[in-house]
Amino acid sequence: MTDLISSTPTGRGAVERSSRWERAALLVPGLGYVSAFMAVPVLLVLSYVFFQRGRFGGVVYEFTWDNFARAFSPTYRAVLVDSLVIAGAATVLALLIGYPVAYAIAMLPDRLRTIALVLVVIPFWTNFLVRTYAWIVLLSNEGLVNRSLERIGVIEDPLTLLYTRGAVVVGLVYAYLPLMILPLYASISKLDPELREAATNLGASRFKAFRTVTWPLTLPGVLTGCIFVFVPSLGNFIVPELLGGGKFVMVGNVVRDQFLKARDWPFGATLALVLIVVLVALFFVQSRVSRRLSTGGPS
Amino acid sequence: MSDTHVTTPDVEQTTGAMEPLVDIRHVSRRFGAVTALDDVSLTIAENEFFALLGPSGCGKTTLLRAIAGFERPDSGEMLLGGQDLVALPPHRRPLNLMFQSYALFPHMTVEANVSYGLEQEKLPKQEIRQRVGEVLETVGLSTTAKRRPHQLSGGQRQRVALARAVVKRPKLLLLDEPLSALDRKVRSQMQLELKRLQQEVGITFVVVTHDQEEAMSMADRLAVLAHGRVQQVATPVETYRRPANLFVADFIGDSNRFAGRVVDGGLHVPDVGLLPGHPVGDVTGDAHLVVRPEETRLGAPGAGLMEGQVVETQFFGGVSTVAVDVPGHADPVLCAVSGVSTVERGATVSLHWTADAAVVVGGSL
Ligand SMILES: Nc1ncnc2c1ncn2[C@@H]1O[C@H](COP(=O)(O)OP(=O)(O)OP(=O)(O)O)[C@@H](O)[C@H]1O
Ligand SMILES: [Mg+2]
Repeated sequence: MTDLISSTPTGRGAVERSSRWERAALLVPGLGYVSAFMAVPVLLVLSYVFFQRGRFGGVVYEFTWDNFARAFSPTYRAVLVDSLVIAGAATVLALLIGYPVAYAIAMLPDRLRTIALVLVVIPFWTNFLVRTYAWIVLLSNEGLVNRSLERIGVIEDPLTLLYTRGAVVVGLVYAYLPLMILPLYASISKLDPELREAATNLGASRFKAFRTVTWPLTLPGVLTGCIFVFVPSLGNFIVPELLGGGKFVMVGNVVRDQFLKARDWPFGATLALVLIVVLVALFFVQSRVSRRLSTGGPS
Repeated sequence: MSDTHVTTPDVEQTTGAMEPLVDIRHVSRRFGAVTALDDVSLTIAENEFFALLGPSGCGKTTLLRAIAGFERPDSGEMLLGGQDLVALPPHRRPLNLMFQSYALFPHMTVEANVSYGLEQEKLPKQEIRQRVGEVLETVGLSTTAKRRPHQLSGGQRQRVALARAVVKRPKLLLLDEPLSALDRKVRSQMQLELKRLQQEVGITFVVVTHDQEEAMSMADRLAVLAHGRVQQVATPVETYRRPANLFVADFIGDSNRFAGRVVDGGLHVPDVGLLPGHPVGDVTGDAHLVVRPEETRLGAPGAGLMEGQVVETQFFGGVSTVAVDVPGHADPVLCAVSGVSTVERGATVSLHWTADAAVVVGGSL
């Protein structure tokens, strides 16, 4: 293979050079937009992390490490850990629900598949706040769930469903499940069914074939889906506020409050930086694992 | 002709006397409007090398997949050693299928691909390693054992797929075009290896191939399929000498064909006259006479069954082919002669053959 490429350096090289320029040209609008409206503001905000808060808000440009000391103080460390646990639980739950659903959709005949995928994304057409409010209606003491359970006689007194950690997790799963299902669906439907058949033909039971062939080959999709759910869950502040009733503070809430209520921009920026570092580390792991699993590229 | 009659009953006795290993009865499978298998019935004897031949899309892969349990027949029965196959889940069937697309596990090395099947049998590690090593040696891939499939050439991948199916030494091996991507030399090595497995290990083979020479030289019997239907099941010699219909005659080997009406002693062809040949089965009315180029003899003008002008001669080493344009017949008539042909282009020649050398068959292309 390598001989083939090097033996025709002129032709091949010329093609690659021109396509490289073309590719670079295609990236210009996207990169331009992202750097102007995303990277620059984010960097500006992050630059506050070494400065102090002004007396009445604003930023005093005097160097300090205090923000970091505070961010890793027990109080905020607990919030961070708690947020990681809640987001992690939401991610695991979304994966457990999403994988079978994505698998089932991938096995549907073509026509039904499109319909099923549309059904998966339909909730996204509704406002996030409205959808989350709907869960209050479902979970409150006089809500649909408690009423139904009372009517069929399973319970006598209403269960406390709302304003619990569970409610927050459920709300996050509900909010981001489509983001789990779509990448999973993409990687499952890409999988050649003959691979599963080959495993079966070689004597593997359905479960064994799944564990040794389907699962490892869809792992990149699993990781993508998990990141798609974990990242917005970790930073989310609407769900903990509405469904957690403010009893469960997540990092997202703290960051929001620092910027909007306490007006401590430097500390808010520091917490945001911590979040970003955690997420970048996750992306790094994901891309490393995906590359190792990927079959097309060099290993 | 006479030796065909000797071989045919012989084979029928052996397959008829023993219980067949595979018994396929009236199996049909439809995909929407396409009938991939249309009332297919076949028996395959224990330790037989059975070839499946037919044009692309005739249902060969579908038949193997049905035997392996990946296509459920719409109707019909399949037995393996007297046991109902359809009731058996695919992973319990004592057979291995080599997929036409190879279906190698992309996330596993060559070695892991080949040992996968043995690991399912829970064999001791030591034995697995030894058997995998042996089979990789046999297919000539010992040095690539640690590579992943995408780092292999097409022919190497095909050999991994072959090794993965063969290493299990099942009762029945179903191979879907196992050697198509290999060069001539490796292919003939692999052919010998497959024959050795058949004889020494006692594996029964069902092999799909596009290569007629391969089918002819390796198979004990072969089935010709067209449009999901079995056209003929017979020994290679029988299919060549006594094709069951025009489709088989045309599909297997080169042939000269004449259209006409069946009469006593052969076929009456308009503008040419009576051509001698024996009918296969009950053919009446419109039919075709088929004669192989090597049975067609050249002669001096004025002597044979028909006359024509030589349009071309081709030398193939051992034999030459002379193409003769016969007035009133669309395609040139081919005639194979041994050595270098002495006739010149443009010369007028006559053609003839004996009744034993030609067959009259029904059916269409
Ligand atoms: N899953 C399927 N869905 C719809 N049609 C199918 C399916 N599998 C096979 N067919 C059709 O059934 C027919 C037989 O296909 P099959 O793959 O058995 O052919 P084949 O003889 O193996 O051909 P080839 O020599 O090209 O491999 C074809 O017309 C094909 O298009
Ligand atoms: Mg095929």
